[in-house]
Amino acid sequence: MTKDERAATESIGRHPDIELSVNGESRRAAAGATLGEFLVDHALDPDLVVVERNGEIVPRARFDDLTLDAGDTLEIVHFVGGG
Amino acid sequence: MTDSTTPATRAGAPAGKQLRIGDRAFGSRLIVGTGKYESPETMARCLEASGAEMITVAVRRVKLDASDEESLLHYLDPERVLILPNTAGCATAEEAVRVARLARAAGLSDFVKLEVIGDQRTLYPDVLELIEATRILVEEGFTVLPYTSDDVVVARRLEDAGAAAIMPLASPIGSGLGLLNPLNIRFIMEAVSVPVIVDAGVGTASDAAATMELGVDGILMNTAIAGAREPVKMARAMRLAVEAGRMAFEAGRMEKRRWAAPSSPSEGRVGE
Repeated sequence: MTKDERAATESIGRHPDIELSVNGESRRAAAGATLGEFLVDHALDPDLVVVERNGEIVPRARFDDLTLDAGDTLEIVHFVGGG
Repeated sequence: MTDSTTPATRAGAPAGKQLRIGDRAFGSRLIVGTGKYESPETMARCLEASGAEMITVAVRRVKLDASDEESLLHYLDPERVLILPNTAGCATAEEAVRVARLARAAGLSDFVKLEVIGDQRTLYPDVLELIEATRILVEEGFTVLPYTSDDVVVARRLEDAGAAAIMPLASPIGSGLGLLNPLNIRFIMEAVSVPVIVDAGVGTASDAAATMELGVDGILMNTAIAGAREPVKMARAMRLAVEAGRMAFEAGRMEKRRWAAPSSPSEGRVGE
């Protein structure tokens, strides 16, 4: 059982989880979680990433008030070394 | 640079003309990449030694739950250097436009090094897709610097599409083969009025100096520095070579002669 699946099992009966596709992988988040909370939960600095949700770029200023929906597809990118 | 209209000046920046691209001016004609370094510390020392004021980066997916993953931006100061995101790895105009938009959303600048690769073995650009992506991104207000082949017709098409500079290759990316076709680079310089930056293929300092002596506006390199035995020393060598090559171009070389001509007076020799 993965960490995410365990967290999902533990949360049953408290808050239902939603399933997301993040960078091509299946992930779960608490229902009602904002994008900002999801980033922090995954050890990501919101100031250093750019997020595309269902094909649309999310302005950084909206991270904290954008509530994630079941089935959302997120691309989360940052700058790495390159030529 | 906080004021983009003020020419960038740095201690040790060469005298002579500034490199102007879009609405920015740069004191250094060397642009360097951040890939392939053994450590971020070595990379940071190389960037410093190179004197470059424009630094390329790539856009990639984050690794989720990797709290120890350090951000490249911790080693770059966007106040001092312009971060130039690339679209490396993209194979279509659609992909490249998407990556360029993501890069701009980081909020650092509207510059993009546009790369659309059409052949994986040579990393040659797909110039049809490149021209299309340039057109779209220019319409969206990007300052587009396309990496392209050394083809004068394509260079003209890119300028027509609104490219802020033309970046032909010297030889294949990462090959270190140096400038293989100086004539094609000259054709491009004569055909377009935007800056010409030779991007990719330079292997060592003499390649950089010889390329600058043609009169190109700048050089972009990565592996020549990152792949050297002593990268920091090579970064400094490249800085000096780009400056030397530019100065030699501005100074105007002597004409080549077929026979020797003495440098010392032929009159008044001892014992004459």
